[in-house]
Amino acid sequence: MKFINYLEKISGVDIYGLLSFGIFFVFFLAVLVWTFKSDKHKMQVISRIPLDDPES
Amino acid sequence: MQVEKFYYDNKIVKAFGYATVIFGIVGMLAGLWAAIQLYAPAASLHLAPTTFGRMRPLHTNAIIFAFVGNTIFMGVYYSLQRLCKTRMYSDTLSWIHFWGWQLIIAAAAVTLLMGYTTGKEYAELEWPIDIAITLVWVVFGINMFGTIIKRREKHLYVAIWFYIGTWVTVAMLHIVNSIEIPVTFFKSYSWYAGVQDALVQWWYGHNAVAFFLTTPILGLMYYFLPKAANRPIYSYRLSIIHFWSLIFLYIWAGPHHLLYTALPDWAQSLGTVFSLMLIFPSWGGMLNGLFTLRGAWDKVREDPVLKFMVVAITCYGMSTLEGPLLSLKNINAIAHYSDWIIAHVHIGGLGWNGFMAFAIMYYLVPKMWNTDLYSRKLATNHFWLGTIGIILYAVPLYWAGFTQSLMWKNFTPEGQLKFQFLETVTNIVPMYIARSVGGTLYLTGAFLMAYNLIKTIRKGSFIANEAAEAAPIVKKQVTGKEHWHRRLEGKPLAMLVISLIVVMIGGILELVPTFLVKSNIPTIASVKPYTPLELQGRDIYVREGCYTCHSQMIRPFRDEVARYGEYSKAGEFVYDHPFQWGSKRTGPDLARIGGKYSDSWHYNHMDDPSSMSPGSIMPSYPWLLDNALDTSNTAAKIRAMQTMGVPYAKGYDKIANAELSKQARAITARLKKDKIETPSNREIIAVIAYLQRMGTDIKLQPKPDETASNK
Repeated sequence: MKFINYLEKISGVDIYGLLSFGIFFVFFLAVLVWTFKSDKHKMQVISRIPLDDPES
Repeated sequence: MQVEKFYYDNKIVKAFGYATVIFGIVGMLAGLWAAIQLYAPAASLHLAPTTFGRMRPLHTNAIIFAFVGNTIFMGVYYSLQRLCKTRMYSDTLSWIHFWGWQLIIAAAAVTLLMGYTTGKEYAELEWPIDIAITLVWVVFGINMFGTIIKRREKHLYVAIWFYIGTWVTVAMLHIVNSIEIPVTFFKSYSWYAGVQDALVQWWYGHNAVAFFLTTPILGLMYYFLPKAANRPIYSYRLSIIHFWSLIFLYIWAGPHHLLYTALPDWAQSLGTVFSLMLIFPSWGGMLNGLFTLRGAWDKVREDPVLKFMVVAITCYGMSTLEGPLLSLKNINAIAHYSDWIIAHVHIGGLGWNGFMAFAIMYYLVPKMWNTDLYSRKLATNHFWLGTIGIILYAVPLYWAGFTQSLMWKNFTPEGQLKFQFLETVTNIVPMYIARSVGGTLYLTGAFLMAYNLIKTIRKGSFIANEAAEAAPIVKKQVTGKEHWHRRLEGKPLAMLVISLIVVMIGGILELVPTFLVKSNIPTIASVKPYTPLELQGRDIYVREGCYTCHSQMIRPFRDEVARYGEYSKAGEFVYDHPFQWGSKRTGPDLARIGGKYSDSWHYNHMDDPSSMSPGSIMPSYPWLLDNALDTSNTAAKIRAMQTMGVPYAKGYDKIANAELSKQARAITARLKKDKIETPSNREIIAVIAYLQRMGTDIKLQPKPDETASNK
């Protein structure tokens, strides 16, 4: 049940920072590109979903 | 196509709505009471349950989990049914969720006031309640996903993604942070210790703000703002980017609560960088909200719902600008531990969460009771009372935080600290008074709302089951390529899994290295486990919520080293289950309090702080002098510590109480020399033992020059 420190030393810890930022950057670009490639008309239809129910 | 008839369940929305108003007022009252104690310590009534250290956790838990929690459920149960064009999946689950959550709140209120706490901020509830929260959260999840699966609307509107992201992340945070070893039915120790505990706790704490106070409310904003303004959201594309980048970035930002502490530097930097990037999705969301109202500002002037929303969204923008700025190391150096942070969170709490809750209440009650609001004028008055209340609350605290922090850092030309800690406190007492006036105004507004809503309810008639109709989804053959995100939108479970992966990346990359790498937490040979008496004393320290006002973390600044002693090292906390670094210095840091004062000083100080430090705003703890120390659990506590790897000798649990009495008698003897007669089985003795031990181990280290000469 106790924590064991498996590795004795961390070498090149900056890789964590770079890796983290890199993953985010790629992920963000992907979201951006795909969002802007999407069909404008369909987006408009979806954005009206809350307004479409009969009580409004 | 055949149109189906069905009914929306408004009754469950009504129940959560009532709970929102009631617990909102209770939570605010607790906050006001705690705030008054800061300038009138006698308002603690000298009773354990009503003292600041227990009222403050009650206030934070009531606001976060009872007030905002019920707001979320009210809004989700209303909007989800309509966005999915179906009734909730199961009425039974809805009601289990409702009553389960209210029981948890009741249990939380009772146990926190009784002093049962884990000592980890916003996660204070003890393990049986943690399990109950998990179960109720699962019930909510099943009900939510059941509803989404049986929906009649093909696309999942953006609000629903926020609900899904919230559900999965809160589940992950709650489970990881609440891993604890039970000792008795209402006492447990955090599985993590020291630096690791701090990192997990603030990974949780920051993301409780992110995924309990922010993302679900954003989901509600994306539904209720277009409803109230009767126009679609400004940019649906922006909302997609908002969602994914927000949940990705938020999870990393936790370490900005631990800047300049003993947390490894690389983890601190990571937290800062991601906090800075957070400003973009946050402001994207804010602008998306505000731009929705372009060309509709005439409506804002008329409609109280929109008024509250505009200020709420503006406050969201303000606090998400301030948050990244506060995570810059040089600004954090001034703001951290001061009232600046309290002001910051209340811009979010009072402005964003409170005003969104009020807006939704003002929108829903007339709708569900099929009538108009009883009085727009009263609602407008509520709006102004609330807005002025927020300003009057926050501005004095910004002022107080800034001036006090600068006073802490002030040196005379001779190189001495210019101000005693107590001087910096008495200097800002007028600001504390002004703050509580602001809070009172805000609370008065909430009472106005309650009255207004009751009047509205009286004149309307409740629609328990609201009729609606919609066509079922027809499976149609996809011709050609469908857009990836819309395919994803059609698959709620895929959405859940991808959201989970996105938030886990941050958690894993941040937490794992600190757990696995030995060099991150350098061990110090002279740091030893607590004695049984000190351990008991530490548990009393946790019970009384001392961490709500005292930090145990000296940052490596000239003024802190001069004031408190050598800066804190990661290796000093390896036996601290839970860590008690604290986040606010209403009183001075205690990391090196050990040996600074005599035992009798502590004894008198606990009985009546102002007798030893005239003008002190610390409450008195007379019950510690009267209560007998419960030693029946000492052995169990030692065994729990051993389970977690604290190196007590084998069989130590059997002799623990004998050791405890021995140390207690020694303290009583020292007190007797100072003419204080007390039996040695009092709680105060254990507290003194703990206080005198704190931060002293490191002093037993061989001096560097001695080791050099030994070579």
